[in-house]
Amino acid sequence: MDALTYVRKAPAPEEAPPLLSSGALAWARTNLFSSIGSTSVTLGCVALVAYLLPQLAAWATTRAIWSASDGAACRQHQDGACWAFVVAKWDYLRFGSYPGAERWRVDVTEAIGAALIVWLLWINAPRRAWGAFLFFVAYPILALILLRGSSWFGLTSVDTQLWGGIFVSLLTAVVGIVFSLPLGVLLALGRRSSLPAVRLASVVFIEFVRGVPFITILFMANNLLPLFVPETWTPDRLLRPLAGIIIFSAAYMAEEVRGGLQSLGRGQYEAAMALGLKYAPMTGLIVLPQALTLVLPGIVNNFIGLFMDTTLISIVGATDFLEAMNNAIKDPVWAGPTIMVTGYAFAGIFYFIFCFGMARYSAHIEKVRAKGRM
Amino acid sequence: MDSAPAKRSSWLNDQRVRELAYQILLLALIAVVVWGGIYNAVVNMRARGIPMSFGFWNDVAGFDINLHLINYSNLSTYGRAFWVGLLNTLLIGLICIPLATLLGFVIGVARLSPNWLLSRFALVYTSVMRNTPLLLLLLFWYNAVLKSLPGPRQSISLDDVVFLNNRGLYLPMPFARPSAVWFLGMAVVAIVSAVGFHVWGRWRQDRTGAQMPTALVAAALIVGLPALVIAAAGVPFGFDIARLSGFNLKGGLQIIPEMAALVFGLVTFTAAFIAEIVRAGVLAVPFGQSEAAGALGLHHGLSMRLVVIPQAMRLITPPLTSQYLNIVKNSSLAVFIGYPDLVQIFAGTVLNQTQATVQVMAITMAVYLAISLAVATALNAFNARYALKGQ
Repeated sequence: MDALTYVRKAPAPEEAPPLLSSGALAWARTNLFSSIGSTSVTLGCVALVAYLLPQLAAWATTRAIWSASDGAACRQHQDGACWAFVVAKWDYLRFGSYPGAERWRVDVTEAIGAALIVWLLWINAPRRAWGAFLFFVAYPILALILLRGSSWFGLTSVDTQLWGGIFVSLLTAVVGIVFSLPLGVLLALGRRSSLPAVRLASVVFIEFVRGVPFITILFMANNLLPLFVPETWTPDRLLRPLAGIIIFSAAYMAEEVRGGLQSLGRGQYEAAMALGLKYAPMTGLIVLPQALTLVLPGIVNNFIGLFMDTTLISIVGATDFLEAMNNAIKDPVWAGPTIMVTGYAFAGIFYFIFCFGMARYSAHIEKVRAKGRM
Repeated sequence: MDSAPAKRSSWLNDQRVRELAYQILLLALIAVVVWGGIYNAVVNMRARGIPMSFGFWNDVAGFDINLHLINYSNLSTYGRAFWVGLLNTLLIGLICIPLATLLGFVIGVARLSPNWLLSRFALVYTSVMRNTPLLLLLLFWYNAVLKSLPGPRQSISLDDVVFLNNRGLYLPMPFARPSAVWFLGMAVVAIVSAVGFHVWGRWRQDRTGAQMPTALVAAALIVGLPALVIAAAGVPFGFDIARLSGFNLKGGLQIIPEMAALVFGLVTFTAAFIAEIVRAGVLAVPFGQSEAAGALGLHHGLSMRLVVIPQAMRLITPPLTSQYLNIVKNSSLAVFIGYPDLVQIFAGTVLNQTQATVQVMAITMAVYLAISLAVATALNAFNARYALKGQ
């Protein structure tokens, strides 16, 4: 027994500190080279980027044609993008066939709209209720007068058949949100109403619209709407897809708002009733302000979907941005093998910047909320 | 409202009377709008000579469709064209749903990978796809890629077996030889016995804890038994490979470019959304679950497969189903690139030829609604079966 006992007489030697526990190398070791599999994946990804990125960058920048008066230079340099085409078509892509002398009206409308949207999306902005009133009530009227023209204000009338480009894409999306949000709120309240007839009507509308593709709604708005109104009321060619997008987007908005209404604590309703509020003031003063703030990220995400869906309105003859790009690509002056890829690449970048920006915004709101700062 | 009022007030203030009045008002409003719409429609349709019956259903269509799963020629009826379109829509759904699910799960898992670079790659992919309109993707693949390919004589070929040109993708078309019956029969036997062995192995593991080499046995059965047939009776399938004859390719299985573009666009687009659903579902499983799995000695892959994913599926299934519905609904974008689906054939060509707007739109929307309702019912049944009890 004694021979087996072991008593340490001197302290064990100090171990060397771990070579890598912090810093860039340690990070790379745990996140990039933790195992053989991980290392090969990393090397594969690096190889892919090293192979593709320089080619893509050169295609888009150094080998690209930046300015030219027609397609001749682009036809000669087929290994680069033809941004000159986009530059030359920029006005058409923005305004469609809107008359040149009147385009300032579009600019003004877009600028006011942008300012109002910033006001609404900036959470801590002062007097957002005023912003909402201006955006949802005053702005549509102003925009209609500015864009369509009115003899009272000395603005010449511009036929909607001439409208086109980015302007129509933005217009469609904004009209969609301005009209579908209030409608969606009504539908959401209706779906949660205690009155069976109201509830049934809301449910049927929402589920019907959500059950069919957007294209069929557009076809319906384009082909059936003129049949269902008296001949003298026949809606304008651009008004029909707008009606379609309002109907479509209202159903999705309603489901979004319903989510907000459901997540509101029961105590809010009970406290409001205890204060003696009837249905309308309770909804307007207590329920909706909280529910709508709660679902703001969802509404923004919905708006992103709405903005991407505006590309479909060209099926019923409206000229949105993508359709304007398609038309521009067909111009024989610019015909060449690089034009189509350049055009679609530019359209892709445009939609991506817009949608990704909004997605970042709603993700930011959610993050701030998750931290409980609001 | 139930407590009796102390003082009798006017019946106008009675809550029940008011509720009834509001509902009657709403119903009356809806009735007026619907009746007015129908009245106007009848007047307008009479004035324009638009047919008001479904009589067109049995008329000769007179147009060709370049992809039909059932017999169809330009002498067939409009009704036949409807079924061709519906089957083509369902075909796209059947092809795209498994592919998008597979790609979506792969990207979703890559997004959760401990490898930082791989997870960034997946993030870039989902961000780009989710923020680009589907129509742009379809137009890009169809116009800029597939339509710009060389003609049949200069096809891009893979070892002269698979051909790709601006008329589509040509794959070898399998056809059965006489021994195919034996081959298929043996394959069924192999699969059934592999499943049986798996069930038995499970049962035994539950009893004794001893693991059976299920995967090895299953592989041996599924590969081995059909291989026996091949050894005994020869190769059961032949492949018809496309050949250049004249100015076009003959034979093989031709996948028209419209379909290739639609499948490619829909799969890559929807996969990004599925990846996000998978990621959110997996992240929602409490971390303690994977820690517990790790403490039991399961490595990352096993703990994902046996512990995390089964729990995540409960959260993943409902949004995944709505993505499947989105695939079916989004396949209507076929009309932009000329793939002959329900909307393109029926709500497009048939509507224009017959002018029977109301009937055609009603049928088209009813079909999509029926699909949506059927899937929603199935999903509700699934949720009722797999929902956590007691929550």
